[in-house]
Amino acid sequence: MSALRESLGFLTSRLRQVGIFVALILIVILFQVLTDGILLEPQNVTNLVVQNSYILILAIGMVMVIIAGHIDLSVGSIAGFIGAVAGVMIVHWGWAWWLAIPACLLVGALVGAWQGYWIAYVGIPAFIVTLAGMLIFRGLTLITLKNQQITPFPNELRALGGGFLPDISGGTSVLEWLTVILGVGGTAAILFQALKERRVRRKFNLENEPMAWFAVKNGFIAVLMLIITFLLASYRGTPIVLIVLAVLVIVYSALMNNSIFGRHTYAIGGNLHAAELSGIKTKKVTFRLFVNMGVLAALAGLVFTARLNSAQPAGGTGFELDSIAAAFIGGAAVQGGIGTVAGAMIGGLIMGVLNNGMSILGLGTDYQQLIKGLVLLLAVGFDIFNKNRTGAGGGSSMGRRFKWKTTPPATEAAPAVKAEPVGVDAK
Amino acid sequence: MNVPILQMRGITKTFPGVKALQDVTLDVNRGEVHAICGENGAGKSTLMKVLSGVYAHNTFDGDILFENEPCEFSSITDSEKRGIVIIHQELALSPYLSIAENIYLGNELANKGWVDWRKTNLEAAKLLARVGLSENPVTPIQHISVGKQQLVEIAKALSKEVKLLILDEPTAALNDEDSDHLLDLILHLKGQGVTSIIISHKLNEIRKVADAVTIIRDGKSIETLRLDQGQITQERIIRGMVGRDLESLYPDRTPNIGEEVLRIEDWTVQHPQDHARTVVNNASLNVRKGEVVGLAGLMGAGRTELAMSVFGRTYGRAVSGKVYKYGQEINTSTVSDAIEHGIAYATEDRKHYGLNLIEDIKRNISMAALNKLAKRGWVDGNKETTVANQYRKSMNIKAPSVAAITGKLSGGNQQKVVLSKWMFSDPDVLILDEPTRGIDVGAKFEIYTIIAELAAAGKAVIVISSELPELLGICDRIYTLSAGHITGEVPIAEATQETLMHFMTQEKE
Repeated sequence: MSALRESLGFLTSRLRQVGIFVALILIVILFQVLTDGILLEPQNVTNLVVQNSYILILAIGMVMVIIAGHIDLSVGSIAGFIGAVAGVMIVHWGWAWWLAIPACLLVGALVGAWQGYWIAYVGIPAFIVTLAGMLIFRGLTLITLKNQQITPFPNELRALGGGFLPDISGGTSVLEWLTVILGVGGTAAILFQALKERRVRRKFNLENEPMAWFAVKNGFIAVLMLIITFLLASYRGTPIVLIVLAVLVIVYSALMNNSIFGRHTYAIGGNLHAAELSGIKTKKVTFRLFVNMGVLAALAGLVFTARLNSAQPAGGTGFELDSIAAAFIGGAAVQGGIGTVAGAMIGGLIMGVLNNGMSILGLGTDYQQLIKGLVLLLAVGFDIFNKNRTGAGGGSSMGRRFKWKTTPPATEAAPAVKAEPVGVDAK
Repeated sequence: MNVPILQMRGITKTFPGVKALQDVTLDVNRGEVHAICGENGAGKSTLMKVLSGVYAHNTFDGDILFENEPCEFSSITDSEKRGIVIIHQELALSPYLSIAENIYLGNELANKGWVDWRKTNLEAAKLLARVGLSENPVTPIQHISVGKQQLVEIAKALSKEVKLLILDEPTAALNDEDSDHLLDLILHLKGQGVTSIIISHKLNEIRKVADAVTIIRDGKSIETLRLDQGQITQERIIRGMVGRDLESLYPDRTPNIGEEVLRIEDWTVQHPQDHARTVVNNASLNVRKGEVVGLAGLMGAGRTELAMSVFGRTYGRAVSGKVYKYGQEINTSTVSDAIEHGIAYATEDRKHYGLNLIEDIKRNISMAALNKLAKRGWVDGNKETTVANQYRKSMNIKAPSVAAITGKLSGGNQQKVVLSKWMFSDPDVLILDEPTRGIDVGAKFEIYTIIAELAAAGKAVIVISSELPELLGICDRIYTLSAGHITGEVPIAEATQETLMHFMTQEKE
């Protein structure tokens, strides 16, 4: 009983993270019902992954920029511009894909460096610089394309957008075995990592999540991954872009948590002055963040172009909004200092499922935009509401709000927020 | 004579897992100045938030009687209607608005929705006269000093026809002169029938103005001392606050002073905006191994500016002068250069410049020296936790674990995190700017002990402080600054508050 209450108390203190998870599940269930099961059909799940991959790639860079307290409005235009550059390089100049892809990423880095210079070293707010960038690179896209689309692209590049890993069974099996191996292996790796982390936290006397929550959370993640694996495997296997995305998520999560660069990013967003006075080269970090954003935007542009098999003048329009929304829905703080790559991915998936589900239902872009806008507003609104509740005096006060606390004279048995291995109260 | 104006009975306020207040009683008589004392985190501010309606009446247990009527406030507006006004430690003024606009902010003198500027400025001028502030009401707030801004806050309170004025650490950011003025004003208002509750750490101020002192410790009201019963003495208050007698406010230490570590020569710094102003003028000083050197000066003397300009040019422009370490000239023109040369600067404003308040203890401690925990750019998280746990133990940081968010710690514990951060960067010279500001008596002693240990470990320590007794208690040598000049260098044996004050107020041509 007390374990249950402890878990409840914990859940309220993590309302945000729990909420986003529950929201994703509810949205999936809702559209699964509304679309008569089309949403989770193998082919549609594959589509969902491929369709959202470039938004998710952008969201990785975006959440990092947001954690540092900045914003980037130009990523859609940069993605479009790189698509155009790729078109010129590959179709017009006849460059090989293995030369064009690194060249495009380099151009992305230069674009990022251009913006990073103005933001970090000149000190113009990122909002302004990237708003200008949004116009500049859209303009350059149109100039590069001479207002006409470039098509078609060779198959090697198109594989980046719509290709799949080879079927090792040679098409004889119902399930694509490479996908099953990757999916099961990945799930096992995630569970192993979670258990390891929990052990380490116990070893160092840090608070752990209640066992029940830990088990439910990881069990759920595992089941979810296995379901997706099964669905992908029963269609055409693993999209190549999913592998790219998975590698990016792993690398960037590690980077943000464990590298000096990542730590400095959080420090800058949390308190710029304190970061400066701690010897962190804040300008350099900011500059690099935007270079990184440029590279990721270039990659997103390549994936998008590959998927459409054409570089288009309007390519990438609105991507910035979807990726910013993904980061904020995924728990990034508007003031900076808070956010995770994983959260941004979940936020991106929520946006993606909404897009996909509403498209299947035949809702026009008018209603799609309306609903997506409201979801963003609600998600951040909920965040702020939650923060105001909890900010009042340490810990969550949601419990009090919902009268979960015992009313009889509060004794020492007052519900603890979480198990505290060290019996010292913070004053 | 002793008519109660406020009675708080059995106030209990719980946050999940923490009992902030437990059965607290507070009786304030009409027309008195009532001080509330207690260590940081004891529950003083929580109590005042309960009283002023920041915490709505249904979120705590207990009764509040104001002028013999029960109060059920849901917000600050409710309490202000009854004449209870709270002035927070961090002033709530808008820097770009004028004094008069700030006074009537949210309470505008308007006619059918249109502000009556003439009346606003006239009434504001009257209020300014009442608080003894001779400024034009149309002056923007940002152009007047913090001390004067505090007076504007009080004028604002008066405009709301205040009966009970609550001041949370009103003199924390003020220099001595402004503090004196403020305390006089509180006494003056008392003469006009305004009752005040004042939260303060400064015991000499409490002795100056308070008619009664209520001591709060660990969320409980310990006792109320009354002046007319001769109970208000420093020893008595300290005993009540820490629950024991403090035989000594400062730790004993035998200095073991070695060679010179850091020497600053002919240091001159210009004001970052006002180019005509020289904030630090031709200052030279040195500090030796194992030595604690004090920097004394009044507000605006240039102490912090001197320290920050040395520490990576983080203040000022056109900085000139030389810094030597062990006799070699060194370059400290960026913070990372300064840190690499073994200099650490712990800021006076830990919330804005010292800590990442939304991050946990371990990541704050590692912030200035992450590379010590990293290999090829990757941080070893386990090592980080181990290091943080060591500091939590050695510095006695009170927190559930090193994964606790620093923003939720008390001031003393936050300061220990800041000190841990700099100790981990393994400096040879530590510059500590107001290391005990906003910290309670018990934690102060701990900080002094840490400083003594640092010196004993062979570090060179420079302490900047506005509290002369503190400098006299912990330093081996004290420099005085006045208007950017070093006006004196006094060995501790010859230093008294009077001699220091003499140098601190000395004008150099």
